[in-house]
Amino acid sequence: MTGSLEMDRPDDRNRLDAMAQGVIGKPLDRPDGPAKVTGSARYAAEYAVENCAEGVLVTATISKGQVVAIDEASVRDMPGVIAVISDERMVARPAQGGAGESPVRNVRQVEYWGQPIALVVAETFEQARNASKQLRIEYRSDDDAAIDQHSRDVPIETHGEPTIQGNLDKAISQAAYAVEVTYTTECHNSAPMEPHASIAQWDGTTLTVHSSLQMLKYNVKELADAVGLDPEDVRLLSPYVGGGFGSKLGISPEGVAASIAAMELGRAVRVVLLRQQVFQCVMRRSETTQRLRLAADSDGRLVGFGHEALVSNLPGETFAEPVTQASDFLYPGENRTLRIDLARLNLVTAGSVRAPGEAVGMQALEGAMDELAMKIGIDPVELRLRNIPERHPAKDIPYSSRKLAECLKAGAERFGWHGARRSPCHTREGEWWIGTGMATAARVHNLNEAEARVTLYPDGTAAVASDMTDIGTGTYTVLGQIAAEMLGLDRNDVLVRLGDSSFPPGAGSGGSWGAPSTGSAVFLACEAIRTRLAARLGCQEEELTLQDGFATVRGQTTALSDVLKGDQIEEVGHFKAGEISDKFSAAMYGAFFTEVAVNAYTGEARVRRFTGAFGFGRVLNAKTATSQCMGGMVWGIGSALTEEEIFDKRYGHVVNPDLAEYHVPVNLDVPHLDVVLVDERDPAASPLQAKGVGELGICGAAGAIGNAIHDACGVRLRSFPFTPDKIMAELGDP
Amino acid sequence: MKPFEYNRANDLDHAARLTSDGARPIAGGTNLLDLMKLEIETPDALVDINRVPLGGIEPDGDELRIGALVTNSACAADERIRRDYPVLARAILAGATFQLRNKATTAGNLCQRTRCYYFYNTEMPCNKREPGSGCSAIGGFNRIHAVLGASDACIATYPGDMAVALCALNATVEIATAEGHTRSVPVRAFHRLPDDAPERDNVLEPGEVITAVVLPAPPGGKHVYRKVRDRSSYAFALVSIAAVVRMDGGAIASAALAFGGLAHKPWHDERVDALLVGEVPSDALFDKAADLLLDGAQGHGTNDFKIPMARRTLKAVLREVTGDAE
Ligand SMILES: Cc1cc2nc3c(=O)[nH]c(=O)nc-3n(C[C@H](O)[C@H](O)[C@H](O)COP(=O)(O)OP(=O)(O)OC[C@H]3O[C@@H](n4cnc5c(N)ncnc54)[C@H](O)[C@@H]3O)c2cc1C
Ligand code: SF4
Repeated sequence: MTGSLEMDRPDDRNRLDAMAQGVIGKPLDRPDGPAKVTGSARYAAEYAVENCAEGVLVTATISKGQVVAIDEASVRDMPGVIAVISDERMVARPAQGGAGESPVRNVRQVEYWGQPIALVVAETFEQARNASKQLRIEYRSDDDAAIDQHSRDVPIETHGEPTIQGNLDKAISQAAYAVEVTYTTECHNSAPMEPHASIAQWDGTTLTVHSSLQMLKYNVKELADAVGLDPEDVRLLSPYVGGGFGSKLGISPEGVAASIAAMELGRAVRVVLLRQQVFQCVMRRSETTQRLRLAADSDGRLVGFGHEALVSNLPGETFAEPVTQASDFLYPGENRTLRIDLARLNLVTAGSVRAPGEAVGMQALEGAMDELAMKIGIDPVELRLRNIPERHPAKDIPYSSRKLAECLKAGAERFGWHGARRSPCHTREGEWWIGTGMATAARVHNLNEAEARVTLYPDGTAAVASDMTDIGTGTYTVLGQIAAEMLGLDRNDVLVRLGDSSFPPGAGSGGSWGAPSTGSAVFLACEAIRTRLAARLGCQEEELTLQDGFATVRGQTTALSDVLKGDQIEEVGHFKAGEISDKFSAAMYGAFFTEVAVNAYTGEARVRRFTGAFGFGRVLNAKTATSQCMGGMVWGIGSALTEEEIFDKRYGHVVNPDLAEYHVPVNLDVPHLDVVLVDERDPAASPLQAKGVGELGICGAAGAIGNAIHDACGVRLRSFPFTPDKIMAELGDP
Repeated sequence: MKPFEYNRANDLDHAARLTSDGARPIAGGTNLLDLMKLEIETPDALVDINRVPLGGIEPDGDELRIGALVTNSACAADERIRRDYPVLARAILAGATFQLRNKATTAGNLCQRTRCYYFYNTEMPCNKREPGSGCSAIGGFNRIHAVLGASDACIATYPGDMAVALCALNATVEIATAEGHTRSVPVRAFHRLPDDAPERDNVLEPGEVITAVVLPAPPGGKHVYRKVRDRSSYAFALVSIAAVVRMDGGAIASAALAFGGLAHKPWHDERVDALLVGEVPSDALFDKAADLLLDGAQGHGTNDFKIPMARRTLKAVLREVTGDAE
């Protein structure tokens, strides 16, 4: 045994189930929970750093053009002002996830409203913010900014290779049943509770930055590249992250600005994005226009499948919201067309926001599937069950473990799904129409290279270290559980340390790959430790039973401390994604069922019941996994009903850049969320047989709500979010 | 935030002296501080009035006097208000959040400023923030804007809930003038229409301090506050209606309706109240009331929906308030 594994083939050994400690999967509390609720967990901006200056970013107030002059004199003499920094190393955009290099610099070339152009540094935050408002900037504005998302009169290019198979047009025209519809979704913002924040310190050789980031191993390179240092000389610390949702995958402008200022001024500098800047200069989820074409035979089996999307991003960005990601593998149809077109707009960078692709792709697809079920006149659950393909419809490879049918059935049963077909407007309670709807959940399974170090101490306790982050998902908890299970320790005897770039590089938190990838690295390190323990005990690793700090071999039980005899054992696990994804189509699946009430007068829609059944491989911790599913479903409610980052069509700025007017769901919008975890092991997913769960709960959730609205009041909307005005416009007399 | 001077007043005279020198009163600070941070408001001086004895809810004959500093939470929880003026308690509870209502005061709530997106963005022209600079909401995104009583200078709405109920109740604002006098203004006349001076939200003169809001004798009847909004809580009204209606023998004996989200002030239209009185409730009557209310209503693009929404919400409210159902 070694501590490394490249995932080229399924790992059928299913080792975790053979372990004795029995903590894996248990709904254990988070070890970091008390620190978070008592406020002792420190977030990036909260470190008490001596003599720390405060910086506030100044952002562009035009959508396209040049900064001609920055009049430093306009603020130089203001109280407390230390410096105005507009260094050519400053970055104009955030880095995309996994970039590993500096994002676009050249801040004087303005490409969107809100682009950072300078940093004002002062003694206090209030002074810096005040001066940032007074700093006079002269622009030369171009008149060809492309800011109207709904205009086709902008540069549009095809992104990547479209999938074109058979003849979809013909399939549609000859189909027993066909649906051809266009759905739209608007821009979303991650809106993490903790805004992007950094404190940079420079000692002449090393740059140390407390920052709120998701993927440190890439972030170190991005920051080093931006400021012109060797990555060895950059240290990032992100032990606690107050939500990221993709917006902290790459470094953002405040960290680079703080670093440059610290290096120039020779003192620590803190920069926190203002809430408005979180909306205006970090990352948006692109709006989408999605054309869906579904052709079914007389039995309701798909013979044609088309999903074509138009999304947008800034000139030069390679990211395009991968709207058709699940459409690639979810449903059959030998005649297929999948494509993504990318419009170039002068709006804040589009990038990954929780479940890029499926979050918006699935809600549109599942709306169209509901329309197809109505047309055919069958139970929408039955339509899904009839359309689970044998093999990947385009690549002709097998699926790994897939619990879609089980989720559909378990969810329907838990919810009490009616099953039978019925016409909308069947139930009225006072002013409210009541309806139910369902949708499939699907999200592609991702893996990333990861390392983690595990140390077994002479006293029989252990420590796990990785630069992996816990962005509120429960990573501390599950990594500890994996090590405790493998080493036969009480969970409280395993200390997990994360979010320090000096630790071995983990997978980072993104794409739901954190737990399966970094968890696998922990698993591999533990396997290597077990091998060394076995050697000390003169047995094979497989013969070793570790439980409660004792090792048992052939009936002989020894305390770990006696096996270790004062030594400590340390191993680094190294996990690589390998080629498994070429051999199996691996994904997480689920099903949503919801009951929605629609006010017959005002069009207000309120979710009253919401059940989700999910299969995502081994459950590492039932509590944190359930929370992830719930969080996703809450996002689904926002996506369905309220969330929309609105841009002014004339000026290109965000109209609603704060949490008062960008409406995420509040408690009262969220009913009791009923989550069913479907038991599964997926050997092709990871040596843990686990997949990812951080994003699955969104993927399709809004579709179920839209379908329930239709069932309730007969209104079929296709432009998310379904705000009261849009629903009301289609309602008849109350 | 622009640097400013901060003083704390211990009594009304002290406060009045400071306000007549140009200081702005600050009560809960839940609106003013936010606006100062964004430099939408840049007062040179603040006078903290929280120690001025303007608290307490006291009866005065048949009337009930709510001190200017009574918090929204305390007001909504008051037994007399819940019993005799439930529309007020419900309107307050429909606004903001627990945390905000614990800080927000009666006077501060009345004086809260618009939520117009362009008023909040200091880079955008806005006549209310910077007289004469123009109105960005006209021709822009104006989903939350006015359909009644707007002007070419400003189409903003008054965003609050409490004042809509006060308007239906025909309450009075008690004001201490800079000269040390007291004057009273009906809530219905307290907020202004924008006309050509949208920088003035209400009729308060420089130096004046609100001391109380006085509720008239309990009106009886059935009270409804209906707020239509994008999410269930923590969102301003798209349209809101406060209704106090008394029935007698199947006909409407008295009616007082006020509307939020439609105009630069809580909207009250005497003609609508008068139309209803003496009539037997019917859909035709409700339609007539809506016709009258919305006569002259004008949308500005993204807020066009408010006109049918106001009509439909009015029908729902009138059905509820004139019906037997609780
Ligand atoms: C996110 C958010 C959501 C909200 N949602 C709602 C909602 O849904 N519905 C709603 O109605 N409100 C809502 N509010 C607004 C809230 O009700 C007000 O902020 C609050 O009522 C203001 O009261 P205050 O005491 O904090 O006022 P302050 O902020 O202290 O003052 C506000 C204004 O009143 C003036 N003022 C205060 N006291 C006096 C006085 N005695 N005499 C003269 N002038 C005075 C101040 O000078 C200032 O101009 C919301 C606020 C926030 C931040
Ligand atoms: S509507 Fe009024 S507050 Fe809004 S931009 Fe126009 S003038 Fe300013």
